[in-house]
Amino acid sequence: MKKSIGSAVNLPECSVTDESVYLARRTMLKQLGFVGATGLLATSSQASPLDWFSSNKDKTPFKTTPLTFNKGSPLDETLTPEAKVTSHNNFYEFGTSKSDPVENAQQLQVNPWQLRIEGECENPITLDYDQLLSMFTLQERIYRFRCVEAWSMVIPWIGFPLADLLKKVQPTSKAKFVAFQTLYDPKQMPGQASRRIGGGIDYPYVEGLRIDEAVNDLTLLSVGLYGKTLPPQNGAPIRLVVPWKYGFKSIKSIVSIRLVEKMPPTTWNILAPNEYGFYANVNPNVDHPRWSQASERRLTSGGLFARNRIDTLPFNGYGEQVAELYRNMNLTKHF
Amino acid sequence: MRRDTLTLKVLIHAISLTLLINVYYMAITDQLGADPVEYVLHFTGIGALNLLILSLAVTPLTKYIKKPFLMQNRRLVGLYAFLYALCHVLSFWAFEIQFNLALFFEEIIERPYITVGMVAFIILVLLAITSWSVVKKRMGRRWQKLHNWVYLAILLGGIHFYWSVKASVTEPVIYGVIITLLLFLRKRKFLHS
Ligand code: HEM
Repeated sequence: MKKSIGSAVNLPECSVTDESVYLARRTMLKQLGFVGATGLLATSSQASPLDWFSSNKDKTPFKTTPLTFNKGSPLDETLTPEAKVTSHNNFYEFGTSKSDPVENAQQLQVNPWQLRIEGECENPITLDYDQLLSMFTLQERIYRFRCVEAWSMVIPWIGFPLADLLKKVQPTSKAKFVAFQTLYDPKQMPGQASRRIGGGIDYPYVEGLRIDEAVNDLTLLSVGLYGKTLPPQNGAPIRLVVPWKYGFKSIKSIVSIRLVEKMPPTTWNILAPNEYGFYANVNPNVDHPRWSQASERRLTSGGLFARNRIDTLPFNGYGEQVAELYRNMNLTKHF
Repeated sequence: MRRDTLTLKVLIHAISLTLLINVYYMAITDQLGADPVEYVLHFTGIGALNLLILSLAVTPLTKYIKKPFLMQNRRLVGLYAFLYALCHVLSFWAFEIQFNLALFFEEIIERPYITVGMVAFIILVLLAITSWSVVKKRMGRRWQKLHNWVYLAILLGGIHFYWSVKASVTEPVIYGVIITLLLFLRKRKFLHS
């Protein structure tokens, strides 16, 4: 089977539909009752069954603001259009369908915000919203983003290395792992208020990295994408981006970063330990029980006929920078 | 053909076809969100299951509201369930797997939810090709025997759905309850055979 990365990623810039258009179309399909029972059990917490025909009307979209940053080095791959990056999200706090977060997260309050960095360190600190954006020089990083569901994107993130932040708090010798936690606020996050909407996950969402993974230069704390601050569906105001791991490691809307001695629990691993490991490095040789991981569909522009299935690379193509971290490990066992 | 049978038939054609054509048109022109492939797969999968449920609801409904003309439409609904399932499977092969036959068979063997979907699909194929009146007459009593497999197909369709979701099982569970109810209404049939 021939799979050519070149042809797959040089698709013409054809009809990229404005987000509002496809939201409107989806609503139409829902009204026709064919998107399934979730169409009836409207995901938005306020929507009553009678709101069907007006459920998106009085919601003003979230306002992002332009950022100042150092341009990143371009990648020889087509970027995923911004409209797709910001409308196809797994953020179960706002519903389990990919289009739920953009519909339900627009009202998220990101300012004021508090991010605590604490635990095994000399100088624990708490950063407020302005500090998140101003404490470090922001840089653009264009990364491949590979979801465990076998689709991928190419995204121009803006942020700063997690290592820079950790240097500031001075981890002690006991700091072997870093534990992250998403905001817990059921009033704002309908998925946390209802197990049905939130996919039966125990919140808050938690993730973790080994300390050497955390201080690797690739590991980014992102505050923006496509030149602007993050929209809520992508994890505003601050999220993690670990490009050589499956997307679920890149935790969104972080309120706590804790340096710890023992390997911290992580959300998907708690839910299904045989399906999702702690390391979750992108690995074409280890299949997930549900998805073959040998290849992926790259989402750029282009519709149904886009020939976008490409081979998945070990460590998502970042082996040169990170393979060394796992030198003596059996990655089939530690998936 | 009676007037109301005709009206209903036209309605069934119009709704089923319009939705299907509309979804493929929007998917081809990239108007269905970031991943049109996922959308089409979900739409046709749910559509097939909805239509299958509807076709099994016809008999109890006819008895309940005493409108025998409804029965004249059962085959049509069943055939549309098959068409949606066909689109679902072909879309999986053409757009998800992108014609990689080796991967297609690997997926059928290695992913239990897809194995189950395949069995359900094979049953639907058999039912569809034996749905012509001529074939039905030729087959005699064997026809009914074969077509009783639809109960297995809908059950496997429900299991396929349940296993395909990552976390939130609410929706498949609702479908499970509806399917169980439809099968329960036929408990006499199962006890007798
Ligand atoms: C060879 C046969 C089949 C294959 C390969 C297949 C494949 C798939 C795939 C890949 C998915 C998407 C899973 C995901 O979200 O990742 C899916 C979902 C689904 N399929 Fe199938 N399927 C088959 C047969 C059937 C049949 C016969 C039915 C109905 C009677 C059906 C109903 C569904 C439903 C309801 C869903 C869930 C859609 C949703 O989550 O919205 N499938 N199938």
